Amino acid sequence: MIALSINGKIHTVDVEADTPLLWVLRDTLGMTGTKYGCGIAQCGACTVHIDGVATRSCQVPVGSLGKKNITTVEALAQNGKLHPVQQAWLDLDVPQCGYCQSGMMMAVVALLKEKPKPTDAEIDVAITNICRCGTYQRVRAAIHAAANNA
Amino acid sequence: MTYMPKIDRMSKIDRRSFIVGSTAAGAGLVLGFAVPLGSQHVHAADAPAEIDAWVVIRPDDTVVIRIARSEMGQGSMTGLAQLVAEELGCDWSKVTTEFPTPGQNLARNRVWGDFITVGSRGVRMSNEYVRKGGAAARMMLIQAAADAWNVPASECSAVNSVITHHPSGRTVTFGKVAEGAAKLEPPKDVPLKDPKDWTIAGKPLKRLDTADKIVGKTVFGIDVRLPGMLYAAINACPVFGGKLTSFDEAKVRAMPGVKHVLRVDDNAVAVVADSWWWAKKALEALPVVWDEGDNAALSSAEIAEVLKEGLTAEQAFVGHQAGDAKAALGGAAKVVEAVYAFPYQSHAAMEPMNATALCTPERCEVWASTQDPEAALKAVAAASGLPIGNCDVHRTFLGGGFGRRGETDYVSQAVAVAKQVPGTPIKLLWTREEDTTHDKYHPITQCRMQGALDVDNNLIALHMRISGQSIAVVELPFILKNGMDPLVFQGLNPGGTEGVFGYNIPNLLIDHAMRNPPVPPGFWRGVNGNQNTLYLESFIDELAHAAGADPLAFRLKYLKPKQAAVLKAVAEKAGWGTPAPPGHYRGLASMMVNGSYVAAVAEVSVDRGRVKIHRMVGGTNPGHAANPELVARQVEGSFVYGLSAMLYGEVTLKRGRVEQTNFDSYEVIRIDEMPQVDTVVMPDGEFWGGVGEPSIGVGAPAVLNAVFAATGKRIRTLPVKNFDWQAA
Repeated sequence: MIALSINGKIHTVDVEADTPLLWVLRDTLGMTGTKYGCGIAQCGACTVHIDGVATRSCQVPVGSLGKKNITTVEALAQNGKLHPVQQAWLDLDVPQCGYCQSGMMMAVVALLKEKPKPTDAEIDVAITNICRCGTYQRVRAAIHAAANNA
Repeated sequence: MTYMPKIDRMSKIDRRSFIVGSTAAGAGLVLGFAVPLGSQHVHAADAPAEIDAWVVIRPDDTVVIRIARSEMGQGSMTGLAQLVAEELGCDWSKVTTEFPTPGQNLARNRVWGDFITVGSRGVRMSNEYVRKGGAAARMMLIQAAADAWNVPASECSAVNSVITHHPSGRTVTFGKVAEGAAKLEPPKDVPLKDPKDWTIAGKPLKRLDTADKIVGKTVFGIDVRLPGMLYAAINACPVFGGKLTSFDEAKVRAMPGVKHVLRVDDNAVAVVADSWWWAKKALEALPVVWDEGDNAALSSAEIAEVLKEGLTAEQAFVGHQAGDAKAALGGAAKVVEAVYAFPYQSHAAMEPMNATALCTPERCEVWASTQDPEAALKAVAAASGLPIGNCDVHRTFLGGGFGRRGETDYVSQAVAVAKQVPGTPIKLLWTREEDTTHDKYHPITQCRMQGALDVDNNLIALHMRISGQSIAVVELPFILKNGMDPLVFQGLNPGGTEGVFGYNIPNLLIDHAMRNPPVPPGFWRGVNGNQNTLYLESFIDELAHAAGADPLAFRLKYLKPKQAAVLKAVAEKAGWGTPAPPGHYRGLASMMVNGSYVAAVAEVSVDRGRVKIHRMVGGTNPGHAANPELVARQVEGSFVYGLSAMLYGEVTLKRGRVEQTNFDSYEVIRIDEMPQVDTVVMPDGEFWGGVGEPSIGVGAPAVLNAVFAATGKRIRTLPVKNFDWQAA
């Protein structure tokens, strides 16, 4: 049995230690907001926070997590209030199909913690998530909007 | 955490009990409009208010609008709801939506028409009958109120879900009269508003699906969870046409979570386990013997040779002919010739193919992201061996579609697995690698372009010889005309409303030497229009250069009016004819595809073989725009999709296998390569065209024409990543 701290709660799961966090979240715990896109840390659809750091959960064996705090998209909004990044996403209607957007927003939240007013060049380096619908222009605008509203 | 789609409750009971049940529960009005599909059964005398179902009004005034088309990001769900709500006269803030199932559609004589969501058809092909669905509902609600007040309906109107009797000033909300309205006979004559009077449709309203998408609540196919569900991972033979010979189940049977190792059809093997990860691990460890069949040695080089031969072959299907192009080319003052090539491309939707199936000996139900729910239903019936009335497909949101989800292979597989584990729901999910190597690929073609200029540099002849693959041969053989695939000529047709050749050229020949390599082709966002636009609009640029003319002025001499208008609009917006920023160069392109007129101007710079796309200006005349912001988003997204393909998109074959497997070998544009996109949405109100695809095609030639302006080099073979800048 492995104990995991996810979104402020301890979950005890009966899985092999090498199981990636992504599949424990999705299949074992039913937290499906975090998505599978590639399984090789290329696309970023599975991005969660581990102790506040944006991390691609398809590459993280649950046995390696110890007491680290995991945050998923389900916990971005707090007390019924959207996170400023979510609010910017809503205001600018960023998502199209929406599949990549959980991971996209998790990457952006982590970026804004580190760089509250990122430049376009900093966004280009930090946000490497793939969106096949092509929402990048609105993603960029929403990052700036969230930075200005925070 | 278990997900049960809301509409799922409906499918388990027949239509009458649904209607009765919902009325008993006070759900009120369920009505719609007869789609003109030839069925008379929809007016069954014993069910006068149950004709069909676009609009449901709850007592609390909530409006549920039924959406027949799939929502895969393109936004039709919102656009279609706007069209219904406009005619209904409801309060937009009270609108919700739901997707009826194909089983319900079948049971109700296809009251919702067709569900297929391809070819940029979602809004344009259904706009009239969904608007009538809204309008008929409004008329019935007003009639019910008028009856209750004992006044003529003509003295009443409906705005914002409130019906007002004007002489007396009395008002009532939709929810209060819905139950009465549901009992009325639907009107036969249903006039529609003049789009000039629209207040909901045609406006840049916010999407209805954003709120759930930003909190991770939206349910895609991959997110479906059913009680007792198991997970399946699958491998099909890596060579197209190959078969499964055998596998050694004993080697993986004891691995964690493994429940079953199953043969799937004649070409695949699946492992079923407690978690998808365990299923995948066991599948990777499973020894499998394939019979690779006839295509075991197939290579991209071999395919290219076959297509090359077609460029000069005698026999070809003629798609468009005027004058005598061959004679004019023979006697022209100047002849320009170039050969282009367009590769296989993968769809690479973010959500890999998946479906969840629950089969019993009596019934089979599937939950899936699909662009063609009715075809999926047929596939479920075929794969399960059950009557179609005992099957259904529950529709989820799609994590991208791009044409890939118009296929039903993954649905059939899920049923083939679930059938072997009766009573247990099975979620079958492809790995990204399976998705990339078992796609139905954008078809491969080459094209020889020949153009003739007279002594005054007028364009007098064009011969466009396309050589390559037909999708219809595999997917829609019934549309072939004496062997010819008309879809190959997308955007090059002499007439019609779908994709008309844009230029007036006195001597024209566009023909197709059909060459069908054994790689499965499929529809792909924009599909044939993409390469046809690349070929035509790159080559028109070559001709303009040969004529010593400005590419815009040269085009405008020959373009038909609507296409010229869009091209002029983007040229103006992009500052064509004024100096570009230092080191930047511009190129342009236009086309009429998927029923709309589109154009693009690209602004690029090229630094040591690195093409940087700074800005794209996209123009669209879609006739009508259900929501101009949705159109703008589709233009932005189309450029990303088309330019990803232009820069990187290429599927190659070696030893019969697709060489690309994942996003590391099948690259796509990320945010750092995203150009600024400015859009000009200019509906002229004269027709209904599509918006999801047309702009894809014009992006690549606009960019490559700009690259020529920057470097003097013509890139004629995609993707750009393979271009040899030294040799060229």
